Amino acid sequence: MSFTFFILFFNYLLKYFDYKYIIIYFEYQSTLMKEEEIQDELVSIRRLMERSSKFISLSGLSGILAGIYALIGAGFALHFDHFVIPQFNYSSDDSGSYSFRLSFPPLLIIAFLVLIASIGTGIFLSLRKSKKNGQPIWGKVSQSLLFHMATPLITGGILILVFIYRGYYGIIAPATLIFYGLSLVGASNFTFADVKYLGLCEIILGLIAACLPGYGLFFWAIGFGVLHIVYGSMMYFKYDR
Amino acid sequence: MKVPFDKLDKAFENRLRLQIMSVLMVNDRYDFNSLKELLDTSDGNLASHLKGLEKEEYITVNKSFLGRKPNTNYEATEKGKIAFKQHLDALEQLIKQQKIK
Repeated sequence: MSFTFFILFFNYLLKYFDYKYIIIYFEYQSTLMKEEEIQDELVSIRRLMERSSKFISLSGLSGILAGIYALIGAGFALHFDHFVIPQFNYSSDDSGSYSFRLSFPPLLIIAFLVLIASIGTGIFLSLRKSKKNGQPIWGKVSQSLLFHMATPLITGGILILVFIYRGYYGIIAPATLIFYGLSLVGASNFTFADVKYLGLCEIILGLIAACLPGYGLFFWAIGFGVLHIVYGSMMYFKYDR
Repeated sequence: MKVPFDKLDKAFENRLRLQIMSVLMVNDRYDFNSLKELLDTSDGNLASHLKGLEKEEYITVNKSFLGRKPNTNYEATEKGKIAFKQHLDALEQLIKQQKIK
């Protein structure tokens, strides 16, 4: 019924219009349908390129929390040994290392606790986000991210241990900041590009800290505390919401 | 009105092939299992499309062993990269033409 109606209608069209118009009309329809498919295709390509090469499960919230832990840690450290901080300098003379040795264990314990808490929070929140993203937490991308982060971190860690052993305590604050910054810059190829700028800020801060011995704890609080909070909230508003 | 459908690469008509190629564009190499996990497909389906791309000489295959497990890596060739870029350009042009009309 409807088919015969269509044929009649078609004949009517042929009478009054040129063939060409109709052909163009059908072609137009088919390309319209194609357009949505193409858009879909392009979106999926972009997402795949990102998901296959970047670890997008890093959470901004973990940055904020790590910064807060660091500030709390810095507060405790100040409480424990306010008299030692001015001794945080490059000289390894007897009086300096003596007073440092007194306060060193609590400072070390605080730093260690802050580190463990930050890494734990980071892993936990990334796990949660990776489930939402559908990106495996332990895959090709996270492995290369960790490798590129670990290389400068382990190098710096060992170097700092050697310096501590030799009594150059003043090197600790600038060196940790600089090597942490280098590891972030190295890792930034495998995650959000913003991480690179955080890394550059840490490196600059570390270099400034190296010029001003005696304020190590202060620079630590800025680098690991304030910067993490600023960067974490930027990431949070940009990607997590 | 001329639509450059003929510029679209026949080898990329299948969606999975295009996806494989886009992964290999941003990564130097990618192994079979990671690809399977990322693209969420079956072994057979992925293997047949990889073979298709290999036949076009768009990718190369490196087989090796990790311990006792076989590990197959894929890499995009220069020819494949050029073809992928041309295909994307053609897609882009199609969309641009739509917008002008």
